[in-house]
This record gives sequence, C-alpha cells and structure tokens, in this order.
Amino acid sequence: MPHRTFLWFILPSLTAMILFIALPIVSVVVQSLFVEHEQVLVTVENCGPFGCTEETRIDREATAALREAQPLGRFNGLGTYFNRSHLATAELSAAWQESETIGAFLGQVMNLPFYKALVFTLSFTFIVTPLVLVLGLAIALGVNGLPRLLRGPTIFFSLLPMIVTPLIGSLVLFWMIDAQGVIGATLQRVFDDPNLSLKASPVLTWVTLFVYGVWHSAPFAFIVFYAGLQTVPAETLEAAMIDGATRWQRIRYVVIPHLMPLAVFITLMQLMDNFRVFEPIVGFQAQASATSLSYLIYSHLRGDVQQFGSAAATSVLTIIGVAILLTPVLIRTWRDFNRKRV
Amino acid sequence: MTISKLSTFTGLAVILGASGAFADCGIASGRVAILSNDFPALQAMAAGAAECASATVSVTANQTTEHRDIQVAALTANPAEYTAAVVANSSIVPLMNEGLIRPLDDLIAQYAPDLPQLNKITIDGKVMAVAFMANAQHLFVRDDLLAQVGASAPATYEEVLDILGKLRAAGAVDHPFAMNTAAGWNLGEEFVNMYLGHGGELFAAGSAAPAINNETGIATLEMLAALNEYANPDFLTFDSNATQALWESGELAIAYMWGSRGGAILDDQNSTPEITGNTSLIAAPTVGGGALPASTLWWDGFTIAANISDEDAAATFQALMHGLRPEVITANNNAAVWLMEGYTPGAPAAGVAATANAGARPYPMLPYVGLMHTALGNELAQFMQGQESAEQALADVEAAYIAAAREQGFLQ
Repeated sequence: MPHRTFLWFILPSLTAMILFIALPIVSVVVQSLFVEHEQVLVTVENCGPFGCTEETRIDREATAALREAQPLGRFNGLGTYFNRSHLATAELSAAWQESETIGAFLGQVMNLPFYKALVFTLSFTFIVTPLVLVLGLAIALGVNGLPRLLRGPTIFFSLLPMIVTPLIGSLVLFWMIDAQGVIGATLQRVFDDPNLSLKASPVLTWVTLFVYGVWHSAPFAFIVFYAGLQTVPAETLEAAMIDGATRWQRIRYVVIPHLMPLAVFITLMQLMDNFRVFEPIVGFQAQASATSLSYLIYSHLRGDVQQFGSAAATSVLTIIGVAILLTPVLIRTWRDFNRKRV
Repeated sequence: MTISKLSTFTGLAVILGASGAFADCGIASGRVAILSNDFPALQAMAAGAAECASATVSVTANQTTEHRDIQVAALTANPAEYTAAVVANSSIVPLMNEGLIRPLDDLIAQYAPDLPQLNKITIDGKVMAVAFMANAQHLFVRDDLLAQVGASAPATYEEVLDILGKLRAAGAVDHPFAMNTAAGWNLGEEFVNMYLGHGGELFAAGSAAPAINNETGIATLEMLAALNEYANPDFLTFDSNATQALWESGELAIAYMWGSRGGAILDDQNSTPEITGNTSLIAAPTVGGGALPASTLWWDGFTIAANISDEDAAATFQALMHGLRPEVITANNNAAVWLMEGYTPGAPAAGVAATANAGARPYPMLPYVGLMHTALGNELAQFMQGQESAEQALADVEAAYIAAAREQGFLQ
C-alpha cells in the first residue's frame, strides 16, 4: 500500500486516538505536576439552626486572584508522586531505618495506601489471570465434547457471569455471602463457626474477590478458546490418534500449541482488565480490607473535596504499571510476528 | 436554638399567604432546576416545587444520592446546570469555596420576610442557605430486650457497654449492637461524633493543622473498638441501609443510627409490631464524663446558584419556598425532622430533638474538614479490624490528612 493511501486509511482512527486517548493522557500528566493554590483563610462567624460559631473560611477574592495568575495551580514537579499518598519515599526510608526485621518493614509498607493497593492489584492480576486461562480452557474442552444438541444451552449458561454487569454480579454475591445469606450461612454451618464471616477477615475478603474475578472472567476465556477449538485441524488429531496418543496427549501436544496465540491474546486482555480491578471492591464494600489502584483514583475524586492532583498522579502510575506488565507479552508477540514474516 | 424551641416557635407562627391555592405560585417566568439528595423528605419538597410549573416556568429536579459528586461541576457552568442545590453542613463547603452560590438576603427580604432566623445559614453576615430539616445520629433501643436484663435507657456510652455485656451474658441476641461503621465516610463520621463527644477538637484553633493524634483520639478509638466487640463481625460494611435492615429484623438491642431513619424504622413495613412497638429513639449518649452528647447535628438546606440570572434565582427561591409550605410539611410530617412551620414533632423526631436539646455540636463547616473526614474513613479500618494500634491509626490519619491538605493548599 502506498504511504499516502495508508495515511488516508488510518487518518480517522488516528484522529480519534489522538483526541480521545493521547490528549487526555497528556492532560492527566500535566495535572499531576500541579497542586492547588495556597488557600487564603479568614475567620468568620457562621450561624445556623444550632447557634453561631467562629469558623474559618476560604477568602475567595484572594484565592481567585491567585488562580487568575496561575490557572493550573502551583507547580509541584514530581512532589505529588513522592508524597505519602503515592510512592511515599520519605516514609519508606524512615520505615527502613526504624524497622528491625524485614517483616516489620513490610508491615509499615503495607500501611501506606499506594503500596497496599498495589499489592492487592498485583495479587489479583497474577492469581486471577492464570486461573481464568485454565478454567476457560477446561470449560471449552468440556463443552466441545458435549453432544451437539446440548452445546447451545450450555454455552449460553456458561456465558452468564460475563453478561451480568460487574457491579450487579458482585452485589448479588455480596448478599449471598452475608452472614444471613445462603452461602454465608451454609459456610457457618459447615465449619460450625457462628462468627465466620467472609466480609470481616481481610484474607477471606481477598479470596472472595479472587473467586469473583475468576467467576466473572472465565466465560471470556472460554468463548475465545471454544472458537479456537473449532479450527483445530482434524487431520493432525486423527494422525495423533493413529500414533496412539491418549486424549491428554492430544490436548497437550496438538490442541494447546494450536491455541497458544489465543492464550497470549487472553493473557493480554486479562492482565489489562485485572490490573484495573474496581467494581468488585465497591460491590463487596471491601475497601476496609482490599483497595486497588483504580479504587484509589475513585476515592481521590469522590466526596466533598476532589483531589485532582492525587488522582492524576495515581492514574499516571497505573498507566506505567500496565505498560510494565504488558511489555513481556508484547515483546513475545513482536518476536512471533517477525519470525513469521521471515 | 433547639428543636423544642423551634416547635414552640412554629406553633406560634402565623401562616401568611402561603396557601398553596395558587398553582402558579405567583412566579411570572423563569427556570427552576433542583439538584438534591434522594430521600422521601426531599422528594416531597421537589414535588411541591414542581406545582409551580407553568407555560413560562419550567421546574425540573435531579434527585440522586451522588449529588455531592456533581454539584461543583454542575454549578460552575455558566449558566449553571441547576439553579438550586440542596446541601448539608459538609456539602455547602465546596460550593462556598468556589463561590458558586449567591447570598439570599435580597430574596428573603422580598419573598419570605418572615423566615425565622433559625432557618438562615449565615456565613460572614450573609445568608447563604435556607435550612429546612435537621438530622443527627442517636441511639435506638429495644425496651423489651433492655428490660430482660433489668436495664433502663442508657445515658452514657459506659452504660451502653455495661448493658451490652449483660445482654451477651444473658444470651438474648448474638450481636446486640450496631453503628454505621462501613469503611469510608460512615466510619469517619463515627470517629468525629465520638471524638467531639470526648470534648476533642479536630484542628488546632484557627488553622488547618490536625489535632487528633492525642489522648482524646485514643480514648475515642478505644470506645469505638469496645462497642464494636458487640457488633456483627461484618461491621466494617455497615451503612445506613444495613443497620436499618438489622434493626428491623430484630437482631439488635441498641444501635446508633441516623434520626432520618426513624420514620422508616417505626413504620409498619419490613418489621414486626413487637420490634417497632418496643423501639425507643433516645438522645445520643455522652462519653468519658463529657457533658455533650457524642453526636453532630446536621442540617439540610437549599442554596441558589450564583451563575444564573436574577429572574431564575427569584423563580427558584419562590418555587422552593412553595415546596416547603406548611401544607407540604404537614402532609409529610414524619418524613424528616423539619425546621419549617407546619411541623409537629412526632415519635421519629424524638431522638434528634433530644440530642439537639442536650447540646450536641453542629458538624463543623470548615473548608478542610472534608479532607480530615476522608482520611479518618480510609485509615481507621485497620485499627477496627484489630490489625494495628490506636496510636499507629491516628498517626496514619494525621499523615494522610497532611499529605492531602498540602496538595489542596491548606497546609504548607
């Protein structure tokens, strides 16, 4: 394709990408470098139904003048990135010097909001992603082995967890695992422990979120693998059978290598999806025990005061995290691509 | 002024002109767009205001529990997306900080000259909001369960703990206590209430410097932990909906909940007559020998956007006052603890009235209090789970608040 034609061909999508992906990212990066102006405070008398009190208030005229002079706020460089809400370098070095053991140091690190969220996010990503791959493949092989008549309904029901909106799905499970819910009450009876609560213990909350993550994403892996299974060459399978390969050997040496590109695709999608885990934390009200990077951004932007600088810095750190996670997979894809071209 | 004085006041008040017979409310023309939280009292107000709609007056309302998150952006636009925002002590602050609401003195002088001082939220000499209802967290107790262990209504948290111990020993209920302790805003609010009840100050006088990392803070946390020993282990997920459901299912003997839930708890839905009939709403208890109840008083009121025409502002003020006229209040008497004429305090208001009369302090209207509240809500969960000490939790809150306050320009 001549360069000129190619340029016209991709122009619409390129424009959309610049407008809706590149520019917002630039804006977020710029925003993360600035903090709010110094607030000029004055003490005034406030009166209401419950009496009068002396309270401080922002001197709006003075603050507005500052804002007029510098609309973006005060330049703070990378200050926001290194404060306690983010990378917390000062707190980390203090913790390193004070702690006697590695365990004590890690305890201090887990006390910092960013690292606490990062550890959960990474655990979620690296536990849920492989389980989704394995479970998705297992379901696909199972469904593929069913008689043709049963396949349609089975596929439909297997896809249900993905069809349910994440927030609704997690809310449904949240009530089911309640101490009075069907799962929660059954577990209490099985383990004979009336105080057993999936919502109270941090460990069990994490496990619940992982289970939810697998439940929600496995159908995606399943449907992709199932489509791939339809393209496995029948001749190779027959040849393997003639060579006396067992069912397991056929899966291991014929089916799985054939599905490898799909596995890479699913891994890529799942790494990205799981790294931005958010809805289950809200749905399960799990923020006491588990927070993710996306949840941090959400919590910076919620409530009476919006902390745009903090949210922007966490967003940029999340983008960097996704880039680091995807690099190995992308390098592999690029090598495969080059090998095929040769 | 207290609620009891208010009821006397409204009893004596003369109803002037606001007969509601005029469907057009006397508004010539204008746009009325209300942004508010979503609960029955506000729905009644919005429905009352909507009666003012005519060929020349448009009245719309967006009632959503997420109103706090959109109000600043919506009122920053010029002209503002909404002409009125219904706010509370805390949510008026961001609107004030950005100068997005207008002083109401002229409108009050012109259209509601008899509005009692009580309803005027005055900031630096200017009326910025008209308060129309009050709310506070206070105790709900089950008289029958308390009678089983020979206890009467508790006046202090120490008595509450004593009763809870007896209830557990008697085996009457597994987890007799609950308060709104969901990690986040709710948990932060419980700390603020208990801390002010201990006589603490959240900030150093006249500055944004935090002042919670002290003996009072530790006593506050220890009391919260001691109380939640008696709560269901799921307590860090308890919001108002959860605690109300627990109460209505009869699993609680004592709970600390919002007064605005009183009407729904005492009505005949979702519960049994044995439970509702034995439910008493009493004042928030004192704590640690303090004189004031461990609770904060909240008002809900309306503000009018700055970035709208004077005509729209006048139309909005009139429509909202129409929506709050005595007939509307009387028809929705039990929906809230109203601060308007036409209100007869009933059983659901008893707890808020008792708390206010006992001298509870209003929730502070400080520009940086939201940051402190967020820090408290986020950092105290680990302590409540028993994973860290009270000292560490308070140090975390202080550090989180300082980081946020520096970023927002309140601290250097």
